[in-house]
Amino acid sequence: MTTQEWKFTTKDIAEKPDLFLSGHRACAGCAPATVLRLIMKATRGPTIVTESTGCMEVVSSIYPYTSWATPWLHTAFETAASNASGIEAALKIMKKKGRLKQEHVDVIAFAGDGGTYDIGIQALSGAVERGHDFLFVLYDNEAYMNTGIQRSGGTPHGAATTTSPAGTAIPGKLEYKKPIAEIMVAHEMPYVATASPYYWRDLITKVRKGLEVNGPAFLHVFAPCPRGWRSDPARSIEYAKLAVETCVFPVWEAVNGVHQLSTPSKLLALAPQKKKPVTDYLKGQGRFRHLFKPQNKKMLEEVQSMTDERWQRLLAKCGMTQKS
Amino acid sequence: MKSVVKQERMALSGDEAVAYAAKQSDVDVVAAYPITPQTIIVEKFSEYVANGEVETEFVCVESEHSALTACLAASATGARTFTATASAGLALMHEMLFVTSGCRAPVVMAIANRALSAPINIHGDHSDSMAQRDSGWIQMYAENAQEVYDSIIQAFRIAEDLNVLLPVMVGLDGFTLSHTLENVEALTDDVVKQFVGTRQFPDVLTHEGTTAPFKLDPENPMTIGPLALQNYYFEFKRQQEEAMANSLSVIQKVNSEYAEISGRSYGNGLIEAYCLEDAEVAAVCLGSTAGTMKTIVDGLRQEGIKAGLLRLRTFRPLPVEEIRSALGNVKAVAVMDRCISFGGNGGPVFHEMRHMFYDVNPHPYVVNYIYGLGGRDTSPTELRSIYEDLQRILKTRRVETPIQYLGLRE
Amino acid sequence: MTGHDKGWKEIAPAGVCSKSSISFLTGDWKTYTPVRDLEKCTRCLLCVLFCPDGAIHWKPDKGDIEFDYSFCKGCGICANECPTKAITMKLG
Repeated sequence: MTTQEWKFTTKDIAEKPDLFLSGHRACAGCAPATVLRLIMKATRGPTIVTESTGCMEVVSSIYPYTSWATPWLHTAFETAASNASGIEAALKIMKKKGRLKQEHVDVIAFAGDGGTYDIGIQALSGAVERGHDFLFVLYDNEAYMNTGIQRSGGTPHGAATTTSPAGTAIPGKLEYKKPIAEIMVAHEMPYVATASPYYWRDLITKVRKGLEVNGPAFLHVFAPCPRGWRSDPARSIEYAKLAVETCVFPVWEAVNGVHQLSTPSKLLALAPQKKKPVTDYLKGQGRFRHLFKPQNKKMLEEVQSMTDERWQRLLAKCGMTQKS
Repeated sequence: MKSVVKQERMALSGDEAVAYAAKQSDVDVVAAYPITPQTIIVEKFSEYVANGEVETEFVCVESEHSALTACLAASATGARTFTATASAGLALMHEMLFVTSGCRAPVVMAIANRALSAPINIHGDHSDSMAQRDSGWIQMYAENAQEVYDSIIQAFRIAEDLNVLLPVMVGLDGFTLSHTLENVEALTDDVVKQFVGTRQFPDVLTHEGTTAPFKLDPENPMTIGPLALQNYYFEFKRQQEEAMANSLSVIQKVNSEYAEISGRSYGNGLIEAYCLEDAEVAAVCLGSTAGTMKTIVDGLRQEGIKAGLLRLRTFRPLPVEEIRSALGNVKAVAVMDRCISFGGNGGPVFHEMRHMFYDVNPHPYVVNYIYGLGGRDTSPTELRSIYEDLQRILKTRRVETPIQYLGLRE
Repeated sequence: MTGHDKGWKEIAPAGVCSKSSISFLTGDWKTYTPVRDLEKCTRCLLCVLFCPDGAIHWKPDKGDIEFDYSFCKGCGICANECPTKAITMKLG
C-alpha cells in the first residue's frame, strides 16, 4: 500500500508496536527519542536500521541491552550512509542470487548533527550520488550532544555551546546553520523533506514517502535537546512546534527537486500575520539566554533577519513569494 | 587424496591475479577506491562487472574509509565481500580496520604494499600494512603473483572459518608484484567456487532469546556493534585474540587442502623454510625480496656457506612456535624490515623476532636491516652483504651494529 | 550494572546484544510523576505518540490509555502537550 493509499488514524499509530523499545537511556524529555519512536512506527515491512555514533546510538545499545526490535548495525561516527550503502548492496545482490528470504527490505540510516552535517557528509554525499535505495534521517538537535554539547555545522547563529560559548569577547556561534536539506536537494536526489515531531502526522507520512522512493531519500527532522539547549524537558515537543511557527525551521519537501511547503508552514505563508517572532522560540532556551542582554541586541536582530531571509528564499522556491 | 586439477597458465600481473582470484571466488560485494599501485585491481574488476562476467555488486565508493565500511556492512548483512587498497588508502581505513575485526566480519582485502607519505611515494614497502599490525586482521605477504592468486582464494576460507571470523589482508609488493607480469597457473572457475564454498554463519543468542545466524536479517533481528562499557569491552577483545590463535591451524589446514588440488603449497602456510635444516646463518624476510634472497642463498650454498632463509608468509598471527623451530639451529639471524618504526629501536619484524627468542636458550644473534623503503631497489650484492655480516658476527662473536640501513646513502 | 557479568567464552561475538532494553527499567529516574484526570482526558492519544520512552500505552481492549511508570522518566512532555491539561506532574 503506498503512502497515498495509507489512511492512518492516531489509534492506528498508537497501536502499532514500538520497534524502538522502552528502556533506552535517553534523557528525560529527549525529542530525538520521540522522533525515532515515531519514525519506527512509520515502517512498512522488513527493515534494517543502521546508525552513526551519537546520542541515539549510545542510549539504545549499551551491551548487553538493546532497544532495537529490528536488525541494527553501528560501526563508527561518519558511517551511517556508508553502512547503508553496504547493506543495500548486499541485499541487492543476495536477492539476485536467490539468497534473500524477503521480497524487499527497507534500509534506514539514522544520524545526528555530526554524522550528517560534518564528519558524515562525505559518506552521505557519496551514497546519494550513487543512488542507493535507502532513507537517511538526520535527527537534528543542533550540536554534538553526545560528546557534551559542542557546536556543529547545524548549530544555529548565536547559540552557546561548549566550543562556541557565550563569552565576553564572542557571544556564541558566529556562523550560520548549514542548509543541509538544500545541499541534499542540490544533489538532484528524488526526495528531500524537513519535519518536526510536533507535526507527527506530517513526519510519519514523509517517512513513508522516503521509504517508497526507489533510490535515496533524505529526511531532516528537528529534535530539541533539553540538556544541550538548557530548556525545560517538558517543552521539547513544544519547541519543535515553535520552531515551525516562527519559521526558524519550516517544514517542506522537495520531490525531484520541486519544493513544496508542508501544511504547517504553508498556513503561515498564506497568513503571514500568524508567523511568530523568533523571540517566542528563543525564550526559555539557556543556549540563547545571552542574546537577550543589551550588548547582544544586534545578534538577536540577526537571528530574526536571517530567519526571515531564509523563509523568503524558501517561499520563492515554492512559488509563494510574499511581501514582507 | 584429491588429484591436482588441470590449470590454465596465464600471464598476469599481481594486481590482475588478485582481480582474477576475486572474480572466481563468488564475491557478492566489492566496494573499492582506486590508489596506485592497486588501481589495476579495481579496473580489472570493473571490466568483469561491465561485461557481466561476475555476479557482484560493485560499489564505486567516494573514499577508502567508505570502501571498508561498505564492505563491513555488506558482510554483516550476509554478503561475501572483498576490497583492495594501499598506502594512504589503508591509513585512511585505520579506524575501520579495528571495527571490522571487532565486528568479526570476514572481509578479504588485497594490499598493494606501498610507502606512506610524507613525502609522497607511490612505490613498494611494507609501512602501510605494518602500521596496522595491531588491528586484529590476519596478515599474509606474498612472494610472487602465483602466491597472490592462491592466497586471495585461500583468504576467503580462512576468514570465514567459524573458528576464525576475522578479516584477512594479503600483501603484494607495490609495482614489483602488482605491476609485473608473471606466469600464473589458475584453477578453473568451478574448482575455485567449490573450494571457497558458500559462506557459513555461526549461531548467536539474540536479545529476543532465540539463536540465529549471525547477520542482519529482519527474520531474526539482532544488534551488532553496540557500546560496550568497562565491564564488557575487555572480553570482546579476548575473543578476537582467541580467533587469531585459532587461525594458526586454520591457515595451515587451508594451505594443505589447497595444495591437494593445485599442487602448490607455501611452506606450511605460515612460514617457508628455505635451506634452514642445517643453516648457521639465516635471514628473515617478507614478500617479493624473498625471491632474490633464495637465489643468494643458492649461491652461498655453492660456496659451501651454510646459509638459509625464513620467509614469513603469515605475519599476523605471528607463528611463534614454527619460527622458533625453523630457526632452532641457526646461530645468527638477520631480520629484514621493509618498514621503519621511528624511535622504536629497530623495525617491527625485528622486534618480534628478538622477543621471540628471549625465552629460548641458547638463542641466536638477531640483527636488523632496514631496507627498500619507498621502492628503493636493493641489489644482490647488497643483499649478499647481509650474510657476510652474519658470518663476521659468528667469527668475532660480537655485534657491532645491531640495526643497519641497507642501501641508504649516508 | 545489573546482574552477573559473563565471561568471554559465554558471550556472542561482535557484541550481539543478548537482552532487550524492556528489561532495563528506567522508571526510577523520575522526580515527578504524571497523574491523569480521567474526566478531562479525551483519549486523543497525543501523549502516547509524544512520549520519548513509549511509557504510555493505548489499550484498545480497554478503550483507554495506561501509564507504564516502570519506564516513565517524568519529563512532563505528556502534561505539556495534553490539549485539555488532563495530566499534571506531581512531585514524588
